[in-house]
Amino acid sequence: MNGWHQKEKAAQGGQWAVEASGLVKMFGSNRAVDGVSLNVRAGSIYGVLGPNGAGKTTTIRMLATLLRPDAGSARIFGHDVTKESQVVRQLIGVTGQYASVDESLSATENLVIFSRLLGLGRAESRRKAEELLEEFGLTEAAKRPLKNFSGGMRRRLDLAASLIAQPPLIFLDEPTTGLDPRTRAQMWETIRRLVKTGSTVLLTTQYLDEADQLADRIAVIDRGTVVAEGTVDELKASVGTSSLHLRVQEPLHIERARRIVERVLGVQSSVTSEAGKITAPMADADRVTDLLIELREGGVRLSEMSVQKPTLDEVFLTITGRDASQDAGASGGQQKEEVV
Amino acid sequence: MKSATTVTVNPAARLKNRTSFGQTVRNSLTMAYRGLLKIRRTPEQLFDVTLQPIIFTLMFTYIFGGAISGDVISYLPVIIPGILVQTVITTSIVTGVQLREDMDKGVFDRFKSLPIARIAPLAGALLADTIRYTIATVLTFSMGYIMGYRPDGGLGHVAIAAVLVIFCSWAISWIFAFFGVIARTASSVQGISMIVLFPLTFLSNAFVPADTMPNWLQWFVSINPISHLVTAVRDLANSGTVGWDMGISLIGAAVIVAIFAPITVRAYMRRT
Repeated sequence: MNGWHQKEKAAQGGQWAVEASGLVKMFGSNRAVDGVSLNVRAGSIYGVLGPNGAGKTTTIRMLATLLRPDAGSARIFGHDVTKESQVVRQLIGVTGQYASVDESLSATENLVIFSRLLGLGRAESRRKAEELLEEFGLTEAAKRPLKNFSGGMRRRLDLAASLIAQPPLIFLDEPTTGLDPRTRAQMWETIRRLVKTGSTVLLTTQYLDEADQLADRIAVIDRGTVVAEGTVDELKASVGTSSLHLRVQEPLHIERARRIVERVLGVQSSVTSEAGKITAPMADADRVTDLLIELREGGVRLSEMSVQKPTLDEVFLTITGRDASQDAGASGGQQKEEVV
Repeated sequence: MKSATTVTVNPAARLKNRTSFGQTVRNSLTMAYRGLLKIRRTPEQLFDVTLQPIIFTLMFTYIFGGAISGDVISYLPVIIPGILVQTVITTSIVTGVQLREDMDKGVFDRFKSLPIARIAPLAGALLADTIRYTIATVLTFSMGYIMGYRPDGGLGHVAIAAVLVIFCSWAISWIFAFFGVIARTASSVQGISMIVLFPLTFLSNAFVPADTMPNWLQWFVSINPISHLVTAVRDLANSGTVGWDMGISLIGAAVIVAIFAPITVRAYMRRT
């Protein structure tokens, strides 16, 4: 398999933007990343999905030459991240989880300095800075110190800074964490435009809908290992073609409703704890008629019912056996270590 | 992204895995420019380098002047070079403290991910801080002048003395930069640095002649590099002569940079 990749790569002039195999990073005795392997095709958006502390940031930091892997290897467009790190740095742009821009300077000054560092001339740097500020709708705020920037503006500036050298591969570490829904949608739009110009994007997210919206392929990471990998549809298909969502009027009827669902559909159901919502995979949407009749006969009154394509939340639940949102809270301590 | 150009890897483009010396210098100068911009944006950072020379010069001259040299005017040629070295070198501690604070910010991640010389973020920060040493130097000499100090060496030699002190402080700031890189917090950098620097500056000939000290202390004062720097500045400013002390100071500075610049960069690289 590996040899085949190599040959194919040689033939097509390197179509893999990222090839990582068996990456390991230890923090003390904690294996933050425990054998992660990823292959990202050039020109695609690749999503790395997982709860807090799963090892997403650590993985990205290793791929972006910011951390040295303890084991395993990774190549960016065929260049080894440890042996040819300075070459790799010429091919990537990194936008961190926390805005990696200079707080005490203005937006223009930030972009000019990064441009100068990337070898652009004085006038060229100014022009590039103006161009990017315009593109990201920051022209009005260009001269203000960053301290007064909103979270969304900071992220946009951060992304702009990653695009100065037009790198063929861009790492986005949780690009929309902490943003309001409107700014988030804007960020998504920007990322989509980015890929249209031919860039490859590798993004991490803990939002399942974000990966769903943006990514061509997704790797689900949990506790430092890849637990599932594939296209969005493949992952969804692995949990069934559609899923049933039910909410009953009387909380006491939940158990009875579950028994009826499981008998009629012949599958296991689950209940989300916070809302008392019953979900179950469904092979055939037509069965819903039988189910509704049974429920009426059983005296269960419904307050809500829908049949949907499964969400990535359910994918995550099925793969890891745990709820993504529950896990985020439970491993809060781990996340701290990852960020250091 | 309005441009329709496609971003792909150009196989013809030469991608080098090494940074040239020219690029290292250019990157460091850009980082120094960043440091200057930061000073301009936060001028309150300059409080210490403006107030310390004024207060210390006044204080030490009037406290020790009469007791050591009989009167203030004849003490000035002794104390001004001493206080100059002490003040400027103390200022270089701030370099380490600020470096630590700076490194905790996200922007250093970006510097690390850019294809720039690894030493540039450090060298640039240290280079920008020479502006602080220059301010402290000019203010100390000015205070001396106001109080009646007229160096016999003339303005030219005073200028050479100023450059010598600034250069040596820059060299010493690599030590504090190293502390800054390895320490956990900015305040611990301050703490370690003061413990190192306090005995060095006071157990020297900066404030009092060494003759009255016990023998063992005289021995320490005579090997203390700070003493040599102070003597070199006195020679230059007061008599316009260049002695062996200047040679020792320059060699000492070079040795410090040769040792601490590489280990600081290595520690900076390892710390992520």
